[in-house]
Amino acid sequence: MPKIRNFSIIAHIDHGKSTLADRLIQTTGLVSEREFRDQILDTMDLERERGITIKSNTVTLPYVRPNGEEYALNLIDTPGHVDFSYEVSRALASCEGVLLLVDASQGVEAQTLANLYVAMEHDLTIIPVINKIDLPSADVERVKGEIENELALDADQAVLCSAKEGMGIQDVLEAIVERIPEPQGDLEAPLAALIFDAHYDSFRGAIIACRVFDGSVKAGDRIRFMSNGAVHKVEEVGVMRLKREPRKVLKAGEVGYIIAGIKTVSDVSIGDTITLDEDPVADPLPGFREVKPVVFSSIYPVSSDDYPSLAATLEKYKLNDAALVYQKDSSAALGQGFRCGFLGLLHLEIVQERLEREFDQSIIMTVPSVQYRFTLDTGETVTVENPQYYPDPVHIQSTEEPFIRASILCPERYMGTVMKLCTERRGQNPRFNVPIPGRVEIIFDMPLAEVIYDFYDRLKTVTQGYGSFDYEVTDYRPSDLVKVDFLVNGERVDALSIIVHRDRARAWAVQVCDRLKEEIPRHQFKIAIQGAIGTKIIARSTISAFRKDVTAKCYGGDITRKRKLLEKQKKGKKRMKMVGAVSIPQSAFVAVLKTDKE
Amino acid sequence: MVSPHGGNGAKAQAIPQDAVASNAPAGLYVHVPFCRGKCPYCDFYSEPSPALASRWVDGVLREADLYGDLFSRFDTLYLGGGTPSFLSGEDLGRLLSGLQRRFRWESSVEITLEANPDDVTPEKAALWWDLGINRLSLGVQSLDDAMLGVLGRRHTAAQAAAAVEAARQAGFTNLGLDLMWGLPGQSLAQWRETMESVLAFSPEHLSCYELTLEKGTVFYQMACRGDLSLPSQAQSRLFFTATSRFLRQRGYVHYEISNFARGDVFRSRHNQKYWRHVPYLGLGPSAHSFDGRRRWWNARSVETYCEMVEAGGWPVAGREIPGPEERRLEALMLGFRTREGVPLALVGDTDRARRAVTTTVSQGLLEVQRQRLRPTLAGWLVANRLPLLFD
Repeated sequence: MPKIRNFSIIAHIDHGKSTLADRLIQTTGLVSEREFRDQILDTMDLERERGITIKSNTVTLPYVRPNGEEYALNLIDTPGHVDFSYEVSRALASCEGVLLLVDASQGVEAQTLANLYVAMEHDLTIIPVINKIDLPSADVERVKGEIENELALDADQAVLCSAKEGMGIQDVLEAIVERIPEPQGDLEAPLAALIFDAHYDSFRGAIIACRVFDGSVKAGDRIRFMSNGAVHKVEEVGVMRLKREPRKVLKAGEVGYIIAGIKTVSDVSIGDTITLDEDPVADPLPGFREVKPVVFSSIYPVSSDDYPSLAATLEKYKLNDAALVYQKDSSAALGQGFRCGFLGLLHLEIVQERLEREFDQSIIMTVPSVQYRFTLDTGETVTVENPQYYPDPVHIQSTEEPFIRASILCPERYMGTVMKLCTERRGQNPRFNVPIPGRVEIIFDMPLAEVIYDFYDRLKTVTQGYGSFDYEVTDYRPSDLVKVDFLVNGERVDALSIIVHRDRARAWAVQVCDRLKEEIPRHQFKIAIQGAIGTKIIARSTISAFRKDVTAKCYGGDITRKRKLLEKQKKGKKRMKMVGAVSIPQSAFVAVLKTDKE
Repeated sequence: MVSPHGGNGAKAQAIPQDAVASNAPAGLYVHVPFCRGKCPYCDFYSEPSPALASRWVDGVLREADLYGDLFSRFDTLYLGGGTPSFLSGEDLGRLLSGLQRRFRWESSVEITLEANPDDVTPEKAALWWDLGINRLSLGVQSLDDAMLGVLGRRHTAAQAAAAVEAARQAGFTNLGLDLMWGLPGQSLAQWRETMESVLAFSPEHLSCYELTLEKGTVFYQMACRGDLSLPSQAQSRLFFTATSRFLRQRGYVHYEISNFARGDVFRSRHNQKYWRHVPYLGLGPSAHSFDGRRRWWNARSVETYCEMVEAGGWPVAGREIPGPEERRLEALMLGFRTREGVPLALVGDTDRARRAVTTTVSQGLLEVQRQRLRPTLAGWLVANRLPLLFD
């Protein structure tokens, strides 16, 4: 029997986590050179395009030490973004150790710190790995200094490598074997396995990725999910070696998958504990919690007929992304849909893109919102994240909005532009740290609402990519909020309504009116677009009537081309939403969300 | 072609409202892919050199052989291009007699040749008449020499007049003139003047096309750079409605968006087949065909086309069989281009369809007459989107 090591790699975005994972897979011979694709673990198109890992993935690497000892190294991949901290924490709870990857030229970033804290919380063995040492801009000594001073780790223990060039990979593997402890667990105790990931397969149902802490599980067992008591019969267990490889049994200490014909996807929650129905463990593994979303938006099918399909899709999707929460919602303009809660804006974007690409859903999303608090004249406090439920303003005594502690790490020379950006976004109470000469940590108290659209994009722009950003929600603070509505030929488009700070209302309204003017095609009649607070119009634009096509000729017999053109237009029209007599294309709802490129 | 001059003109039969595809005689189109030069607004396929013309005639006749009697009979032949008047008498004669032998023809056949005014000499006009051609479509485009220059045409207004004269002298009693409006820098007054001068020729048929920018043309590139001053949407509405009013006052029937006839008998019998879903066979490079069910189209270049037929194969580049929904969309799209519009039955009897009829009629885009939904002038102006209002 090979010995086991369970580990994960944590890193700031772009520090080379996927490349290192690929190299480990390649070096241990799990795939032949021919099969090797870059960033093998990032299976989703979206991940490959953005170059970040969104969904954790797991793989068992067969490793033979130079002395002949055999090991099974379970690499549990983690998502690399602040929005996915819960998934990261569940993945890390399944490990005994982590590789903390630091870029040899970028050094320690905000995200590196955040990830380190999570690893420390789980008492994991931390192996610092300095990557990209082949780069001309690499400064290993400086980075070692940062590891000592900022992370309080022993920099002499750092492993040096270049995943891209394949340098130092053997050292990394040896460090995993030598320094990360062997998993402990009682094979005779009742089964306790932690679900750290799951996805849906239309033939097999839910495929659960889990870490077995105690006991064992095999095909034929009846397993129970402890958070909800659901019971299922195991069809297959096995390990992930890029493809699923069935095994007879999964034992304490091991990482693998369970298939149990689970079609009711809502039974499976990441972080839940699996045990045996006839011989259950007394207490679930610690750490399970319902995730708390901070950003909210509604999803509607472009065509109302697709509502049942969207409902089924979300259920499947949720299995693979425990962080998404949703409930039914409806809009006069867009029909039936779902109000969804997300961990952050990136999470929102990823959900949107995955629903469209992987699940082939055409959806419209509304402007994201945070959770506001309103104290009414009755003394009651209500929490509102959906502008539809904005209370009648005459009854509002006071309003509050969530604030964050925003931490931005960037080279000193960008301090001015970052300060300006944060102040524009209603940032307050700036503080500064200079952790290393030349780099500055800027801390602001900021409304969460100000960072949920495009703050990160803007930050990247003003710091030419050098700024990194992390935040935590701290408290609620008094604020002056209004609801802005949009009217198209006098009809309110409820899906465009937004709760916003009074000072920002007009600018927002003007921008939306302009965007709608660009996106709504001309009709046979004039269209008036207005932005309003209550009955007060604060912005407007007009789309003049369309009264002439190009009266192109039609002979020579090429009817096909003309018809195809019409069919294309017809398809486009199907994707439009009717508000009164006006057809609003999906693109109009999307355009409203786009970053303003100043 | 028993009697090529027999049936046309005043004696021609009344044009059926909706020819039934299977019974109506088919139309034959031959694409003549040769032009002296490329006009800056044209995206039709053409070759600048007539060197291949003889090989091309052989190719067309070989292609004709392939069809046998798939089309039972024809009552129109249309030589379009390109510049068919560019062909030598010898090539043209060989083509026409070859086609005559290969297909069955109605007793009265409309045979149209597209001609550039600078090609029309008294000798050539007489030759065409003798070959059995009974309708000329002259690419006059404008009677303003400055405009003709802008359009890159090789003829002048005087040459256009001479061409009409030569055609009349040769015996042509069915003359169609092609004109263009909405030209760069053209005023409505200039356009009226052109129409006025053209009417002095008493043409039996007029096609008045709005200049359209086709991708890949010189004009398109110029427009993208902002180097063309074209009329605004409001101005071009005015051009269109003024043209219709002017020509109808002078006794012309505005029977299709861009086409006018001095009485119904002078409608283009051939072009109407396209708009009425009647079968047509297209021979030559890039020609399109429809047999009542299937549509197909030929390879675009002369060279490829000739190689394919010489190898004994079909020169077909693509084909399709439109389904019922697609047929319906075509019928709407084509029907709304014509004065007759579409039968009410075609839009269906659902609540949605009835609502769409009420809306479009109240917007003044369509009118209901004798169980047909007919476009108004305002409707024609938005003809491209009318079909989309009935889905």
